[in-house]
Parts: sequence; structure tokens; C-alpha cells
Amino acid sequence: MSDRTTLQIVQISGHPGPVPGKGVQRQDQVCKLVDTTTCIGCKACEVACVEWNDLPFQPTTFDNTYQTMPETNWNYWNLIKFNEHESKDGTLQWLMRKDQCMHCADPGCLRACPADGAIVQYSNGIVDFQQEHCIGCQYCVSGCPFNIPRFNSSTKKVYKCTLCSDRVSEGLEPACIKACPTGCLHFGTKDDMKMLANTRVTQLKEHYGMEKAGVYDPQSVGGTHVMYVLHDATTPELYGGLPAVPTIPLSFTAWKSFFKPLGLAAAMLSFFGVVFHYIFEGPRRIQPEAPVKLSEPPARGNQ
Amino acid sequence: MATTVKDFGEQPNRIDRMGRTVVHEGELLRHTVYTRFLHWMVGIFFFLALLSGFGIYLPWIFRWFTPLLGGGPATRMLHPWFGLGFVIFFGLQVLNWKDLMRWTEADTRWMRNIKSYVRNEEAVEPPDVGFFNAGQKFQFWEIVCGCVAYLITGVLMWFPEIFGRIAVAIAYVIHDISALIMLAGIFVHIYLSTVGEPHTFQSMTRGTVREDWAWTHHPAWFQHVTGRDPQQACEEVRRRMSAGEKH
Repeated sequence: MSDRTTLQIVQISGHPGPVPGKGVQRQDQVCKLVDTTTCIGCKACEVACVEWNDLPFQPTTFDNTYQTMPETNWNYWNLIKFNEHESKDGTLQWLMRKDQCMHCADPGCLRACPADGAIVQYSNGIVDFQQEHCIGCQYCVSGCPFNIPRFNSSTKKVYKCTLCSDRVSEGLEPACIKACPTGCLHFGTKDDMKMLANTRVTQLKEHYGMEKAGVYDPQSVGGTHVMYVLHDATTPELYGGLPAVPTIPLSFTAWKSFFKPLGLAAAMLSFFGVVFHYIFEGPRRIQPEAPVKLSEPPARGNQ
Repeated sequence: MATTVKDFGEQPNRIDRMGRTVVHEGELLRHTVYTRFLHWMVGIFFFLALLSGFGIYLPWIFRWFTPLLGGGPATRMLHPWFGLGFVIFFGLQVLNWKDLMRWTEADTRWMRNIKSYVRNEEAVEPPDVGFFNAGQKFQFWEIVCGCVAYLITGVLMWFPEIFGRIAVAIAYVIHDISALIMLAGIFVHIYLSTVGEPHTFQSMTRGTVREDWAWTHHPAWFQHVTGRDPQQACEEVRRRMSAGEKH
């Protein structure tokens, strides 16, 4: 046995039976904390992400904001979303939020995925795509409440932030964290990050008068392994469309896990129906047929 | 005696002329070559779409379907094309059959009385049952509705980047329900066209049916094509049978 921390899988998409090795090892839940109040929008994290993951560069689109491109892309998993927000009191805010996979505790992508092993969740909370098992259906795009998975139409595979699972499994922090010059990005256990986030929120409230400051850790997806400290946690939508209550469509929860097998069983009743019709009623024969000799069941027992 | 098409005064089309339907003594032409061609194209595409679809529908039960079609990505790539083939050939069949499938009052009566059909209470069908009975018409129109649903929801899921995630999530459920209804329907269809009603299957292979099949299952159609009364024809054979003559 190696003493290295390796990644154990706890959830596999589209997988029959139990998850191999689940629960063998206990691991701390990891978490990335993004303090939007100290982000200066330098894009060092974007560059670090592209560098570490060896993603090919591509021409970007300039849309007259301090944003590298309009949306994340299959080869650009980490984007600082920029929003110039004018408050009611006339003050101006530059809201910058690092947009990437949130690594939900209850991942909509994994729930939606029909390909065995294409999406896995590790016991440390990281949700990872395994492109070699991806069939390119893009259901994960539909299942994700954060609009994260990106389809590459030439490889027919979907890509997103891995939370640098390769680095984390070796005890390193994700590349974006390492690159951040302001200390706005933190990485550690979920409990530690919650504590840090709450301390920062208290600080913002007490020292900066930001009464609405808060932590973004949406419980509608079981909490996330990327948390934000927001100046105004009551309107997360201002931060480049962060949903206040991210929800997985019912299609991938109730329908997929409950009504789908039930519906299949119901449809199969038709099969049993015709089998037993043949046994109980018999075929409809061409008329006229030979005269009926006996239509009642014969008497039971020895005669 | 070899004939091509003499049914309903239709002209044989190009595909009819490519093939042959041999109608023997005591038989009637039921389905022309073109109709049979369409039926089996629909059938082939139906099962291809069904297999590839169910591999994606419930992977933890049907994951063994996907290797048959070349693996998960190939299955995903092929399924929309299989579906499109199904819809196109069924669409041609709709054009081919739209007059025969028109719902009549006789069909409403048949549907009200469906219990006696299921329980085999009457040995022969009511005298007003024509080329198709109401059950066949019902299934036909169900598949028409299903195809419309498949096509719309299928395109939404084929190009999710255009229509968005919520459209896909809704389309996904409708597509599934349509598939479940057709899955239930296919068992009934196969049963009634094979063991459930003997001598029916040949109508979709050789294209002909026996005259006694016709007066048993589709009396009004029998009357229409032969000019004879189905009940009398049936009784005549019955008399000869009970007199000991060979049928």
C-alpha cells in the first residue's frame, strides 16, 4: 500500500450495482473558496488553468468588458465573469467572479449522464469527467444548474474544470489557487473553508458595513465544493448569472431515477399481457374451424 | 396467377413494379410490395432506434445494447439517424395508408365493444370491420402522434446547444414516454400479427391472405374485394366441413 492519498470514487454515472471501492478510504472534503471581495480580475487563475491543463489557446472575443471571453469553453474552464453594477444609491461596483465548475455535492451532470463511468465523484467531493467513457449526448449540460459542461463538437466529448484532481490527489492545491496574487482564492477542507468564509463575512459586515455579505454554498445541490464570499449574497445573479437556488431539472431526478424504471415495468406489462392472453384466451383462429370437442376443463383426479 | 395491384384501383408505383405478389387460388392481395417494403423499413429502423435508445434510456439495465451498435459514442451518434429513418418511412406509410386509416363510426362501435375482441367472445369480427379494424387504426394514429413527438423532442436533444438545457430536460421526458408507449404497443402488434391471429403474418411477407382469414378478421373488406357475403361464405364452408368434405 502506498501512503499517497489517492482518489476514491463514491458515485459513478450510469453504473449498475455498487461503486467499487466505495468507502474503503475516508477522505476530507476539499473546497475552493473564492472571495469575490478581494478579486482584482487579473486573470492569473485563467492562465494557470490553461497552462496546467495544457489546453490549446484560441482566439477570444472582446465584448467591451474586463472579461476574457463571453463564456467558458471546452478548452477554457475558468473565467472571471465581470459585471459593472450600479446600485440604487448611485455607487458603482465592479463585480468579478471566478466562474468554473462548482463540484456540487449532488451533481446534476452526474445524475443526467447515461454513460457508465463518464462522470465520477471522488470521496473528497471532486466531480470529474472521464472523456473516454463520454458518449457526447450532452445531457450533463442540461442537468447542470451552473451552465458549466462544454461540448467539443470535433471530439464529441464534454469538458470542464477538474478542480485539478491530478494535483489534489498528490496533495497540491489546484493551479488557479497557486496563481492567485491577492489571496482571494483559498483551498482546503470544506470545514476549514466554511470557517474562513464565515470569518470573512463577519469582517465584511463589521468593518466594511456590507450587511448583505454572505457565503454562497447552495444547499439545493447539497452544497458545493467551490464556495463564494459575496458582497451581496441576496442577489448572486449579479455576479455573472450565479443562480440563487440552483436546481437540477426533475427530468434527471424524479423522472430518471424513479419513473423511468417504473415506466419500463409498466410497458413490459404489455408483454406479459399478450403472453397470458395466449394462455388464457388462445389465438383467434380463422373461421370456420373444426367443431369444438371439449371447451370445459377436464375433471381433476383419478377416475 | 400473378397480379400486381388490383386493390382500391391504385396504380402500382415504382417499388411495386420492382417486386412481385403472387396471389394463389383462395387468396386475396392484402399488401402490395411498396406497403410491405415500407413496413419492414419502419420495422428495421424501429428496432435499431429502440435498441440504441434503450441503451441510453436505462444504462444500468440495457448497457449491453450499446456494444451491439459499436459502443456508447457510436450508439449516441446513430440513434438520431435511426429515429429519422423510422419517422421518414413511417411518414411515407402514412401517405400510403391515410385513406384506409380514416376513423369511421364502425370503429367507434368496435372500440366500445373492445372487450369482446380481447375475450374472443365472437369467433368472427363484426360485419362492418373493413381493411383495418379500430385497434389497428388506434395504434397507427398513436404512432403518428408518437412520431411527431419524437421528431420535435429528438431535434431538441440532437442540437442542445441551440435550444438550451430546459428544452432538453422537457424533451427528454416526452421522448421517453413516447418510447414507452411504443414499446408496449410493439408487443401487441407482434403478438396479433403472428401467434395471436394465425395466418396474418403472410400478409406482410408474401402480401396475400387466405380468403377465410379475410372473412374472419375483416369481413367488410372481404365483401368489398370479392363481392361475396362474408357470413354466407363462412357458413358454406362450415356446412361442407360438417358434411365431412375436405376444406
